Amino acid sequence: MNGPMDSPEEPLRLSVDRDRCAGAGMCALTAPEVFDQDDEEGLVVLRHPAPAPEHRAAARMAVGLCPAGAIALNSPDSTDA
Amino acid sequence: MSYDPTAAGDTTVDEPATLPTDRRTGCPFDPPAELTTLSDKPLRRMRYGDGHMGWLVTGHAAGRAILADPRFSSRYELLHLPEPIAGVSGEMPPAPVGDMLGLDAPEHTRYRRLLTGKFTVRRMRQLTERVAQFTTECLDAMEQAGPTADLVEAFAQPVPALMICELLGVPYADRERFQSDVATLFDQTAGLEAKGAAYTALLQFLGELVLAKRAEPTDDLLSDLTASDLTDEELAGVGGMLLAAGLDTTANMLGLGTFALLSNPGQLAALRADPGLAEQTVEELLRYLSVADPLLRSALEDVEVAGRLIRAGETVTVSVQATNRDPHKFPGPDRLDIHRKATGHLAFGHGAHQCLGQQLARVEMTVAFPALFARFPTLRLAVPPQEVPLRDRSNIYGVISLPVTWDKE
Repeated sequence: MNGPMDSPEEPLRLSVDRDRCAGAGMCALTAPEVFDQDDEEGLVVLRHPAPAPEHRAAARMAVGLCPAGAIALNSPDSTDA
Repeated sequence: MSYDPTAAGDTTVDEPATLPTDRRTGCPFDPPAELTTLSDKPLRRMRYGDGHMGWLVTGHAAGRAILADPRFSSRYELLHLPEPIAGVSGEMPPAPVGDMLGLDAPEHTRYRRLLTGKFTVRRMRQLTERVAQFTTECLDAMEQAGPTADLVEAFAQPVPALMICELLGVPYADRERFQSDVATLFDQTAGLEAKGAAYTALLQFLGELVLAKRAEPTDDLLSDLTASDLTDEELAGVGGMLLAAGLDTTANMLGLGTFALLSNPGQLAALRADPGLAEQTVEELLRYLSVADPLLRSALEDVEVAGRLIRAGETVTVSVQATNRDPHKFPGPDRLDIHRKATGHLAFGHGAHQCLGQQLARVEMTVAFPALFARFPTLRLAVPPQEVPLRDRSNIYGVISLPVTWDKE
């Protein structure tokens, strides 16, 4: 995570891939306002794809910690997928 | 397989290391001295017990990348062991039925998916009161029998053992039937025959239990799993894996962690002054102590990591202790510092196999450490620190016993 996304002021857009999720729970532990786990499978649930400014730093940390690479972080203006 | 530096595509030639394992020369919480002197090389050649030339990983970023990469396999039969085990001449046997630690996707995923919902952050936090209750009971008994105790026997072992037994639906009263078998599985000095016998005994015990749960389900994990498509054999295997993983790991974190805090009075005082530091203290102890070590993988194809080419078929040993003391990731890594943000350590591994029970371990430790130090404000070692017996021949590091004492009120 380098460049402009490091700024806490920069908006961010998150997406999750439940097929890749290992259910380790690091996201729900690190950024509970943004991520959750469903009760049946324990897989990632994205509560806020565009988290509020006060939750962005935690969300970024959760992206970095995810053991399965199941969370993607895109700039909202990014044109690539 | 022989080592040819040109065939391996190496531009750097280094003397192959064997895995350093001797901690006895220094502080009991530090990795073997030879491991930390390798910290400037994230990846280097390593000679394995059977002569295989593979790799040793001591850098945090390289270790993390390898553990997250599905091109590195966890299948036991593809791995070479750092040190020879009696009874294993060449290859390791494949994972026994239900042991998902030795499987890759999609076989691993099938088991893991059945279990992840049972170990979520929310579910584990709901167990906080139950952990607190077990902790109080153990501390009551310890206080009454005191003012000296073996902290391992009185506290570090029973708290996680009671919890995993209850969660799985294994009668705690039966623990004499499986506790020594589990210890044998993690004992590096035990031969393959002894390990096999211990595993068979553990499976037999769980097999009987699975039949009982099928006949009369109760409110526990094993009973829940009888509703899945797992066979009886798979159920016993999964149960055995969870029981083994849940018994020894947290117990050794609690025992060794108490030793570490008692040996760092300034840190302990800071924790006592602010119990709000408990979660952070647990993360730092996980990093600093890294009790489950090392982690092995085998390359399924040629992969480049940190500028070195790992060839298909080569085994990689990720030293968790070394990666968690990587100064590039954790400045001043040999200092226990509970004010540090130790998040991102690899103590629970990384990738698809990252510890399933880690949130349970966090809850147990976050409850148990503060409760222990609140109950015994004058807790201290009852023997000189160098006389505390260490488990330095086990895959789970820790203390064999921890004699402690305190002033009676």
